[in-house]
Amino acid sequence: MRIHIKNGRVVDPASGKEGAGDVFIADGRISNEAGKADRVIDAKGLVVAPGLIDLSARLREPGYEYKATLESEMDAALAGGVTSLACPPDTDPPLDEPGLVDMLRRRAKALSRARVYPVGALTVKLEGASLTEMGQLTDAGCVAFSQANAPLADTQVLWRALQYAATFGYPVWLRAEDAWLAKGGVSHDGEIATRLGLPGIPPFAETIALATLLELVRATRARVHICRLSTAGGVELMRRAKQEGLPVTCDVGIHHVHLCDMDLGYFDSHCRLEPPLRSQRDRDALARGLAEGVIDCVCSDHTPVDEDGKHLPFAQAEPGATGLELLLPLALKWGQASRLGLAATLARITSEPARVLGVASGRLAAGAPGDVVLFDPAAPVRVSPETLKSQGKNTPFLGYELAGRVRCTIVAGNVVYES
Amino acid sequence: MQRNPQLNEKGELQHLLSIEGLPRDILVRILDTAESFVGVTEREVKKVPILRGKSVFNLFFEPSTRTRTTFEIAAKRLSADVINLNITVSSQTKGESLLDTVANLSAMHADIFVVRHESSGAPFLIARHVKPHEHVINAGDGRHAHPTQGLLDLFTIRHYKKDFGRLTVAIVGDILHSRVARSLIHGLTTLGVPEVRVIGPQTLLPAGVEALGVRVFHNMHAGLKDCDVVVMLRLQNERMRGALLPSAQEYFKHYGLNAEKLSLARRDAIVMHPGPMNRGVEIDSTVADGPHSVILPQVTFGIAVRMAVMSIVAGN
Repeated sequence: MRIHIKNGRVVDPASGKEGAGDVFIADGRISNEAGKADRVIDAKGLVVAPGLIDLSARLREPGYEYKATLESEMDAALAGGVTSLACPPDTDPPLDEPGLVDMLRRRAKALSRARVYPVGALTVKLEGASLTEMGQLTDAGCVAFSQANAPLADTQVLWRALQYAATFGYPVWLRAEDAWLAKGGVSHDGEIATRLGLPGIPPFAETIALATLLELVRATRARVHICRLSTAGGVELMRRAKQEGLPVTCDVGIHHVHLCDMDLGYFDSHCRLEPPLRSQRDRDALARGLAEGVIDCVCSDHTPVDEDGKHLPFAQAEPGATGLELLLPLALKWGQASRLGLAATLARITSEPARVLGVASGRLAAGAPGDVVLFDPAAPVRVSPETLKSQGKNTPFLGYELAGRVRCTIVAGNVVYES
Repeated sequence: MQRNPQLNEKGELQHLLSIEGLPRDILVRILDTAESFVGVTEREVKKVPILRGKSVFNLFFEPSTRTRTTFEIAAKRLSADVINLNITVSSQTKGESLLDTVANLSAMHADIFVVRHESSGAPFLIARHVKPHEHVINAGDGRHAHPTQGLLDLFTIRHYKKDFGRLTVAIVGDILHSRVARSLIHGLTTLGVPEVRVIGPQTLLPAGVEALGVRVFHNMHAGLKDCDVVVMLRLQNERMRGALLPSAQEYFKHYGLNAEKLSLARRDAIVMHPGPMNRGVEIDSTVADGPHSVILPQVTFGIAVRMAVMSIVAGN
C-alpha cells in the first residue's frame, strides 16, 4: 500500500519543518519517493503531522472491562489521532508478569489499530515490596517500569529498584508523591480544599518525593522519567536537575496545564484527578514549564471511569478523566495560549514522547514508521458523551467546544480512521 | 462558575446545602422566620400546619442522635410526616449506591430530604439528582458544612448581641475537621461581623484558612481578648491520639476554656458550643454551666431555626 498525501500543511516537529508539501508512505514507512500511489489523500486545509504518542493511556484490560475495553479505547485513540500509546501497569491483575504483558500485546496487535507499549509493574502487585522480573517483562514487551499511581513508600525498595533497573538500562517511570503526606488526601491542600472541607495533599508531597528521586538518580544513574508533575516547585526541581545533566525527563497531564483547584466548583467529581488539580499558580508554572521544555511532554493520562465511579461524593469518586480524544485539541489550546508555533506545540505530543519512549515514530523523516495524523486545526470538537468514542465519558471538559478535529489517522501505512 | 445549586431560577432557596454563597437577605429571612417560631415552641400546643401532608425523610448516613432528633421535632411541629432512616445499618451495607437510595426514597414521594453524610459534598450530589419539587437540607457533610448549626449559632448570637456590626467572635479548637466552624464563619462574614477569629494549634487549622476572612491566633489568651462571643468546638476523641495532638490534658492546658481564660473576653461575653461537649477537654464545667454559657438555649433555638429552614425551602 502506497499513500500520497498532498496539498496539506506538513508539520514535522522533530525537524521543526513546517510548510506546504507532500508526504509519501510506502511499505508502512515514511518515504521520499513519489512512486505510483495506491491512494491519494487530498489534505487541503489540513495539517499533516506524525501520529500522536501518548505516554499514559489506560485501556482497562485486563480486569476493568466494565469501564472500558481495548476495542473501545483503541477506537478513541485513533479518533484522537493517537497512533502510539503507553499503558500503565495498574490493571487487575497489574502487569507484573510476562504472561499478562504478552496477552495484552497480542490482543492489541490483533486489533491492528494504535501501537501499544505496555509499561510493566516495578514491584510485584504494585505493592512496593519486591521487584518484578524486569528482564522477562522486557522480553515480553515492556518498555519501562512503573508504579502507576500506587505508592512506593519504602525508600530502600525504591533505591534497590533503581539500582537494578540501572544495571540493565531499563527505564523507570515514577510519579513523585510522598505516600505518607498524600495519605487520605483528595485535593490540593489550599484555600479551595479548606472551603470545601476536603482532605488535602500539600505541594511538598511532590517536591519531597521528587528531591528523593533525584538524589537516587544521582546515586544510581538510573534512567528515570517523572510522570504527571503537578506543582510549581516540582518544575523548578526538574529545571535544576536537567541543568545538572541528570538522566531525567518528565511529563504533565493535559488537564493540569488547563485546570486548577478552582475548577472543582461545587464538588465536580470530574475534577477528581491524580495528582490533584493544584493552584492557579501551579497550573501556570506547569504550562510555562512545558513551553520552555523543562517538562518534556504532555500526556492524556486517559482514565475511563464508568458513571457509577463518578456519581459519588467527591472524595469517594474514582479519580481520572478520559483524555485520548481531547489530547490534540487541548494541546493546541495550550500551544495557542503559550504563543507557540504548531511545530513546537506538536513536539510535546509527538517527537518528545517518542524520545522518552525510545521509538523511531513521532517524526516524518524518510524511514520512520508510517504513523500520520491529518487534522483540521480550526474545526470544532464538541465534547459530549455522544461524540466521545471512549467508553469513559468522564471529563471536566464536557460541554466545551474545542478546536482541532482529526480527519484521518494512519498507522504503519494503513488508514485506520477517517471522518 | 455554575449557578449556586442551592437557589432556584428566581434566586430563592431551593435547598440548604451551605451558608457560603447565600445572600445576606436569605440569611436574615431565615433568622426572622425562626424568631416567629420560637413562640410556637413555647406554646402549649406546639404545632403549626405549615407542612401538613408533606414528608420529611431524615437520611443519616452517619450516626447522629442530637441533630436528627432536632430535625424530627422541627418537622413534627410543622405537622409533617417524618421518616427516619439510619442508612449506615441498612442499604449501604448491602452495597446500594447513594443515588439509588435517594431514587428509591424519591419514588416514595418525599418532599424534603435531610441529609447527613461523612463525605464532604454528598448533599450537593443528591441535590443535583432529586426531582424539581424535592428539597435537600444538609445536616452535616464531612468537614464541609453544617448550615443549620451555623444558622442556629447566628440566631443565638443575634438573640444575645442584637447587632452583628460591632462584634468580635472567636471560634476555638479543631477548625480543620469542623463543618460547624466553616458554616459559622461564612455566616458571620456575610452578616458583617468585623472580626472573626480562629484559635488553635497549627495542626488543627486548615491550609489558607485566612482566605475565609478570619484572623488566626495560636495563643488562646491573645485570641480571647475583648471577644463578645466565644464558640468552643468539640474535639473528637480520635484527634487526641496520633500526630495532631499529644494528649487531651495538654490540649486543655492550651486551649480548654476555663474561668481564667474567659476573663480575658468582654464581661458580657457569651460562650457557645455545638455539642456534645467534652467537659475537661475543650471546656471546663464551671464555664459550661456558668453565667456566660448559652449552650442550652442554642439547642432550643436549633428547633426554631430548623423549622424556619424547612418551611422556607418547602414554600419555594
